[in-house]
Amino acid sequence: MILARDNNDVAMMKDFEVTTDDFSSAGIASSKIKKILRQIGLESSVIRRIAIATYEAEINVAIHSVGGKIEVYIKSDKVEIFVEDNGPGIADVNLAMQKGYSTATKEIRELGFGAGMGLPNMEKCSDEFHIESEVDQYTAIKMIFTL
Amino acid sequence: MDKYWHSVVLDNDYCNGCTNCLSRCPTQAIRVIDGKAKIMKERCIDCGECLKICHFHAKGTLSDNLEKIQNYKYKVALPNISMYGQFSAEYDIEDVFQAIYKLGFDLVYDVAYAADILTKYQNELLREPAIEKPVISTYCPAITRLIQIRYPSLIENITRLESPMEIAARQVKKKIMQEQNLEFDEIGVFLIAQCPAKITSIMQPLGLEKSYIDGGIALESIYARLIKAIDKDSRNHDLVQKSSGNGVGWGMVGGQSFGLDTEKYLAVDGIEEVIRVLDKMELGKLPEIDFFEGYACVTGCSGGVLNVENPFMAKARIRMKSSTLGSYDPNEIDSNLTREDLEWDVEMEPRTILKLDKDFKVSLEKMAKLEEIAQKLPGIDCGACGAPTCRALAEDIVMNRAKYSDCLLLGKYNRRRQKKTQGENNED
Repeated sequence: MILARDNNDVAMMKDFEVTTDDFSSAGIASSKIKKILRQIGLESSVIRRIAIATYEAEINVAIHSVGGKIEVYIKSDKVEIFVEDNGPGIADVNLAMQKGYSTATKEIRELGFGAGMGLPNMEKCSDEFHIESEVDQYTAIKMIFTL
Repeated sequence: MDKYWHSVVLDNDYCNGCTNCLSRCPTQAIRVIDGKAKIMKERCIDCGECLKICHFHAKGTLSDNLEKIQNYKYKVALPNISMYGQFSAEYDIEDVFQAIYKLGFDLVYDVAYAADILTKYQNELLREPAIEKPVISTYCPAITRLIQIRYPSLIENITRLESPMEIAARQVKKKIMQEQNLEFDEIGVFLIAQCPAKITSIMQPLGLEKSYIDGGIALESIYARLIKAIDKDSRNHDLVQKSSGNGVGWGMVGGQSFGLDTEKYLAVDGIEEVIRVLDKMELGKLPEIDFFEGYACVTGCSGGVLNVENPFMAKARIRMKSSTLGSYDPNEIDSNLTREDLEWDVEMEPRTILKLDKDFKVSLEKMAKLEEIAQKLPGIDCGACGAPTCRALAEDIVMNRAKYSDCLLLGKYNRRRQKKTQGENNED
């Protein structure tokens, strides 16, 4: 089952659709998230980490999946981010977590994406990182940022 | 002085309450209230975008009159670097500098030469292994203030070296105090300014307690007098121009990077493009870049709103002039300043004015409310309410600066939308 939500103490929830192969709008969700967090007044280093992690997630969904969504739960002591797509899933999650490993096509690499740093970057930026995936089904990521 | 003093000001008599400037402002600092545009002082970065767009010339700049120099025993003019592009090719820049003397100055010091001094230290800085890259230039103060508000996490990337005009002022004051045996306060140093952001930087500097410059005179305000004073046949004062082609190049976008020992630089002009690049930089997506220079104005300082010439023409002239001068040689720099003299005195703090509340809990509540309101507004950002976007109106409502009823479309728009969906349902 896809990673469970904990709806306790949620001050605000926002969700964003991410469509596949849409590079022109990739980055819009993360920049909206950044703006909201800035208005709430989180510390700038935390905002930056969240912005990088959600940007990487957004690009990943756009490049590798058939489409998905990002959900942001803002709580009094943490921000939780769920990223879920509708497939095709990752066969070997451990391999995908390695720096520089990528299944991106040559065309995508030429655009400057697909360097194999997306997942490692998300893990590095977040305080807690969970990923699960089922081939032909989905990939789901949960990231926690403590405030 | 007011904590948020600005050179950019608004003239109520000319403002007709249109919405042109609203959407143009990069920090959403303008609201139209009771038919007149108002600038939220704490948000303004003096970029001058509103000045450029206003058809009614309702926006102006506060700058000093030439008469103010008479308050000082010894009067120094600092012509800003973009002045190299402001006069037609028939005038040598030296003749322009000689004409500045005739307006009543005792000394003209070329800011382009101070840029040469700075280039030497910027190269030194970029060689330091511990330096946070990309290093961001502070030459355009509007961009520095933009970072302070919108990109606080990039503040550590900003160079701690002062801008050329400030270096020029320090160099000159130190020299004249010694040579002429004068007190610090007896020497008046005035920038011949290209834009309001520079003037604000003199009155409200970032990175130092007090500017060494005593005032800013808009170039446009003395341009006609300068043209009349130019006389190609008499050079009665010491020759001023001794900057390299690189120093002169600072008058246009890319000029300052050109003098660096690296090709790994990025030079961007126009505030919208700068914002796009800074977004990328904040995400860590510019790993190959060591140095960044960004300008609010298209073409760089040549596009300054207090300049007179067409920005592209001015830029072309600077390029031509720069190519005829010698290239920059760090060993020939004549400066009485040490690197410490060039560095900031005080740290720059983030300007967290976008925050909804000091208290995190209250802020969260307001944010949730803002989201709720934003959902109900039409979302077409027409500006008729006086706020630049529907989201900005939602924010204003939450902050008690505006009311729901300020949205002129609220009822109508929703009724139309409902009718439309009803119509579609009927067709089914």
